[in-house]
Amino acid sequence: MSDTTLTPRRDAVSAARPAPPPPRRIGFANRVSRLDHKVAPYLYVSPFFLLFLVVGLFPIAYTAVISFMDWDMVRGTGTFIGFDQYAYVLAQPKFWIALRNTFSIFLLSSVPQIIIAIVIAAMLSQNLRAKTFWRMGVLVPYVIAPVAVALIFSNMFGDKYGLINTTLADLGIPAIPWHSDAFASHIAIATMVNFRWTGYNTLILLAAMQAIPGEYYEAATVDGAGRIRQFFSITLPGLKPTLIFVIVTSTIGGLQIFDEPRMYDQFGTGGANSQWLTISLYLYNIGWGEWNFGRAAALAWILFLIILAIGVINLLVTRSLVRDGTTAKARERRRSTLPPAAAATPVARQTQEKRR
Amino acid sequence: MTTHLASAASQGSATPQGNAEVGRPRRNGRRFGRPGWFVYGCLGALLAGSLFPFYWSFLIGSGDAYTIRDPNMSWLPGGNFFANATKVLSDPAVNFWLALWNSVFSSAVIALSVVFFSTLAGWAFAKLKFVGGGALLVFVIATMAVPTQLGVVPLYILFSELGWTGNIGAIIVPSLTSAFGVFWMTQYLRQAVPDELVEAARVDGANSLRTFLAVGLPAARPAAAMLGLFTFVSAWNNFFWPFIVLDRQSPTLPVALSLLQSNYFVDYSIVLAGVLLSTIPLLILFIFAGKQLVSGIMAGAVKG
Repeated sequence: MSDTTLTPRRDAVSAARPAPPPPRRIGFANRVSRLDHKVAPYLYVSPFFLLFLVVGLFPIAYTAVISFMDWDMVRGTGTFIGFDQYAYVLAQPKFWIALRNTFSIFLLSSVPQIIIAIVIAAMLSQNLRAKTFWRMGVLVPYVIAPVAVALIFSNMFGDKYGLINTTLADLGIPAIPWHSDAFASHIAIATMVNFRWTGYNTLILLAAMQAIPGEYYEAATVDGAGRIRQFFSITLPGLKPTLIFVIVTSTIGGLQIFDEPRMYDQFGTGGANSQWLTISLYLYNIGWGEWNFGRAAALAWILFLIILAIGVINLLVTRSLVRDGTTAKARERRRSTLPPAAAATPVARQTQEKRR
Repeated sequence: MTTHLASAASQGSATPQGNAEVGRPRRNGRRFGRPGWFVYGCLGALLAGSLFPFYWSFLIGSGDAYTIRDPNMSWLPGGNFFANATKVLSDPAVNFWLALWNSVFSSAVIALSVVFFSTLAGWAFAKLKFVGGGALLVFVIATMAVPTQLGVVPLYILFSELGWTGNIGAIIVPSLTSAFGVFWMTQYLRQAVPDELVEAARVDGANSLRTFLAVGLPAARPAAAMLGLFTFVSAWNNFFWPFIVLDRQSPTLPVALSLLQSNYFVDYSIVLAGVLLSTIPLLILFIFAGKQLVSGIMAGAVKG
């Protein structure tokens, strides 16, 4: 496309060459062109950065400022009190309960979710009929707002009349206190998260699976490796970068969880005994329930630091775990049996396949 | 898994070329045989499982306030859905139509704006060399780890001083740009446009704007469409910030839904009828654009 639009111009330039324009004009045009190519990149990125500075960066920095203040809502200013707000938040038993709940819900939602997503992706990566239909099928819950999902599920997990307890009663199993028991409420909230996100992560892992060259599997079959062995020695290591990506993004998202716990009952405060109070919900309650912005800002920074720390730990653990999953032998065999062409990077292969 | 293997093997040996196929790995299936009924069974059950909550909502939403407490609740829908839906639509405390308009308007503006700024910046990061470009890109990527919660307090103070609380503009302005969008467009343009093409355009005397319009923009179109789609969906579903800054006078759909529960916490038939109504717009979008969403997620995965 670009070729066709540019070619006439090239002809025009070469046609104009026999009659040289005045030298000063060439110099001027040259200088303009050089300036253009030097300045243009900054012009292209500056709209983004200007806006980003105002609505993205300024608030982050200002949150830090407010977190060191006793903020006065009425006067719209605050007095500097150092780390008092941080100390106050960290001294609250509620903060530690919220931290525990956040991690509990996060683990209950991310670990099963990733395992299930890998299994579904393995099924979807086979030569299915109506491939697109099944792929779209797993994505349906993703377009439903978390608030809507939460309303539906908090109903199904109702203590007295919820579908799940009614069904359990029919089976002769005693009802589970989905709201009054902390752990049970975490399972219910994690179920909402899993419902919405499993399909999304399935598709990410499916793409990564399909980028693993088929030759690996052929070579492994020739070497007598069974399907299970192939899965652990080829598929899982091949998914490593993608798994790290999925785990890191779900950590960032999971530790911020707000919508589901907020909508889990009609009061939205995290339960009578803070059974399902999360950090974000606690932040909302402090900021827009108690109207204490200094404390809310301090809690926001604490949350950010936790996310950073967990993100780094995640990265390190995932890296070493997945690396250990491949035995040295398997790695060596793979290296020796593969023709150089098969060692093309997954990215390159994927783009090749798509162009085809 | 094992059941599937057995069934696949028995199917395989029934066909003439079956024996050659049985031992082959199927994970990279395009070239190989079809999977057995077990896989379809699992996927079918999964699909049914993910649709069931909607059916359950419809059962309750088409009944009355007592349906949910009825131990012998029927598995067939009742006849009250339209009555319940009308109650939701006409409830002045929920402002459903205004919420729908607010959601459509804010999500569309946010999606267009994010696509515009991200394509421009992504083009510069991907294909133009400039001092500090690499560092700026790393910076943009780093900010993707920053949670929304870190900005809400000052944003709220800012918007309340401007008198924008309760105004849909307070939802739009903070979302006009997205670090993820810039990252996404950069990644895409980097591999979609060969450097030689940009170089050739420059040698041919095209200025930078013309190069962008003639080379960058056409190449960016598919990724821009996907980015727009994803931004629209996430803006539509966003709850935390709208819930803080909007009020019941002018909510977005998720905020309106949250009001519904506080209004009618006893009558779940109306709450769930409202939930179903609110999911219709995005389900319609999904019917038309679901395929693009699927390929967008899959493309982003490998590049990301």
